[in-house]
Amino acid sequence: MSIFLDENSRIIVQGLTGSEGMKHAGRMLASGSKIVGGVNPRKAGTTVEVGGETLPIFGSVADAMAETGANVSVIFVPPAFAKGAVLEAIDAAIELAIVITEGIPVHDSAQFWAHAKSKGNTTRIIGPNCPGVISPGKSNAGIIPSTITEAGPIGLVSKSGTLTYQMMFELRDLGFSTAIGIGGDPIIGTTHIDALAAFEADPETKAIVMIGEIGGDAEERAAEFIQANVTKPVVAYVAGFTAPEGKTMGHAGAIVSDGAGTAQGKKEALEAAGVKVGKTPSETASLMREVYNAL
Amino acid sequence: MDLFEYQARDVFESYGVPVLAGIIADDPDGVKAAAETLGGTVVVKAQVKVGGRGKAGGVKVAHNPDDAAEASKAIFGLDIKGHVVKRVMVAAGAKIAQEFYFSVLLDRANRSFLSLASYEGGVEIEILAVERPEALARIEVDPAAGIDLDTATEIARAASFPDELIPKIAPVIVKLYEVFVGEDATLVEVNPLVLTEDGDIVALDGKVTIDENAEFRHENHAALVDTDAEDPLEAKAKKAGLNYVKLDGEVGIIGNGAGLVMSTLDVVSYAGEKHGHVKPANFLDIGGGASAEVMAAGLDVILGDPQVKSVFVNVFGGITACDAVANGIVGALATLGDTATKPLVVRLDGNNVVEGRQILADAGHPLVTVVATMDEAADKAAELANA
Repeated sequence: MSIFLDENSRIIVQGLTGSEGMKHAGRMLASGSKIVGGVNPRKAGTTVEVGGETLPIFGSVADAMAETGANVSVIFVPPAFAKGAVLEAIDAAIELAIVITEGIPVHDSAQFWAHAKSKGNTTRIIGPNCPGVISPGKSNAGIIPSTITEAGPIGLVSKSGTLTYQMMFELRDLGFSTAIGIGGDPIIGTTHIDALAAFEADPETKAIVMIGEIGGDAEERAAEFIQANVTKPVVAYVAGFTAPEGKTMGHAGAIVSDGAGTAQGKKEALEAAGVKVGKTPSETASLMREVYNAL
Repeated sequence: MDLFEYQARDVFESYGVPVLAGIIADDPDGVKAAAETLGGTVVVKAQVKVGGRGKAGGVKVAHNPDDAAEASKAIFGLDIKGHVVKRVMVAAGAKIAQEFYFSVLLDRANRSFLSLASYEGGVEIEILAVERPEALARIEVDPAAGIDLDTATEIARAASFPDELIPKIAPVIVKLYEVFVGEDATLVEVNPLVLTEDGDIVALDGKVTIDENAEFRHENHAALVDTDAEDPLEAKAKKAGLNYVKLDGEVGIIGNGAGLVMSTLDVVSYAGEKHGHVKPANFLDIGGGASAEVMAAGLDVILGDPQVKSVFVNVFGGITACDAVANGIVGALATLGDTATKPLVVRLDGNNVVEGRQILADAGHPLVTVVATMDEAADKAAELANA
């Protein structure tokens, strides 16, 4: 098994006709994902050629789901229009909406999260500002390179895209059940805790790597959750020990303010919960290898 | 981005939040003129983006224009927690009967909005929250529903405002929420919100933080940036569309992806412990593209930092192919020519890494050292910065 995404996932791309949508749809197809169409209200009824396939464009997410049986949407819509795209996906009650777009105003994310909640969270939202999800060998929804490694026993959840790639690369000899980039924005749909709970329940996942960074208290809450609910070994890495207070470090959510959200505080909370925390990505990978070999 | 108090005051006024008259001044003469315009008792308030200015001597009451000018002399140039006062706001005086507290903010943990209100103001809210949490009402605000008059009334009741004040305070809360939404703010805080002896509610101070991601729908926000306080290198990087933060160290850093760059800073900092305690000089995320143009612009900014002794380029080729990055580096060095004088340590991994390393080897640039892993590269960059 894997979590959130598997060989039966049928993917549509909102924003398929844009340059990012086309580029990454081609990459997803090349890595074996089942992409069944795109959504663009102004181009409904047309088709696009991507990676040797002809994909239909639908006027709405609901139409695309009705015609193709799609259950996953990957959203590449620009920031100004992203809220509308996510609300549409939620209203169509698609199972999984992965929001890749970076730079969405946080009020918009708060709005679509509130809407998802009011609909009973029938749609799982991942992101925004995330690289998506990959279950190697089964499906790839987003922009994570599929060539880094193959299927294996490790589950990975990370706020950062490139650190996801780096960690998959460090542990390429072990391989991954699923790797999820949950995104670096202050408000995100799926959290570390959601992914940890899903990995705990997934029989194929034997151990979990969690990657955090400065800002907010998601890692501290994840630490509490791990202590109470996770029986599988978890190894963690936190980025941003040298980040100065009050400066946003690339990700909109990566900021230490009034002494809260520091990497040190997160590391201590995780260690107090019995999680081994690496000082560097390579040390984290070594810790995971030790933990996995001892299983 | 945090706003100055005077900017918050102006924004409040434009939304109909009751505020007092205020005029900004950059020197004592300006303060005197402002006090003359306002008449009567005024308050001279340091404009700095940090709390605790009252305690630091940054707020003074003056009863006539000469006193105001005199008082301002002690405020201009004052260092308040590292923020030097360059500008003050001369505000009309108010006869305060009572002080309250109100804020509405982004609640990351609950993926929602939160309002905080207290009938007991005039204290530091962090202290009140710890010592007497029951005096601080915390009400979740549904982003889909917002704060209407009913919700505002509920908030005021929860904060123990007496019945007779609620019809006065609730409409102000509604307007402050309109500021929060209308300006894409992540924080709108009024401390204190006051009741004057004349029975009016007035926002006497204001703290507003706005979401930079929403700049595209607010033409007015670019003008709110404090360009004076911007580091010149940060300003230059921003113009070039680069995500750069200046730090106080010797190893220039270029990487792709915010998380990897943050991690690179940490790894360089650890490596520096063995090499004269050199530290990272900056954060610079060149993003997914990493073209020769972006690489050249990034190197140009970093090499413009006189503190920089070596540069560490750390790229994991995910979407970006390493050969493109290598071509970017070679192209950037060609563009920069003689202005590139610091050693470059390059670590490439991922997509097309063999081709990328080959391109750098073939170019054989004397400043470039290619190192296989992130840890070894950080060590080499720290060693070169300490040489």
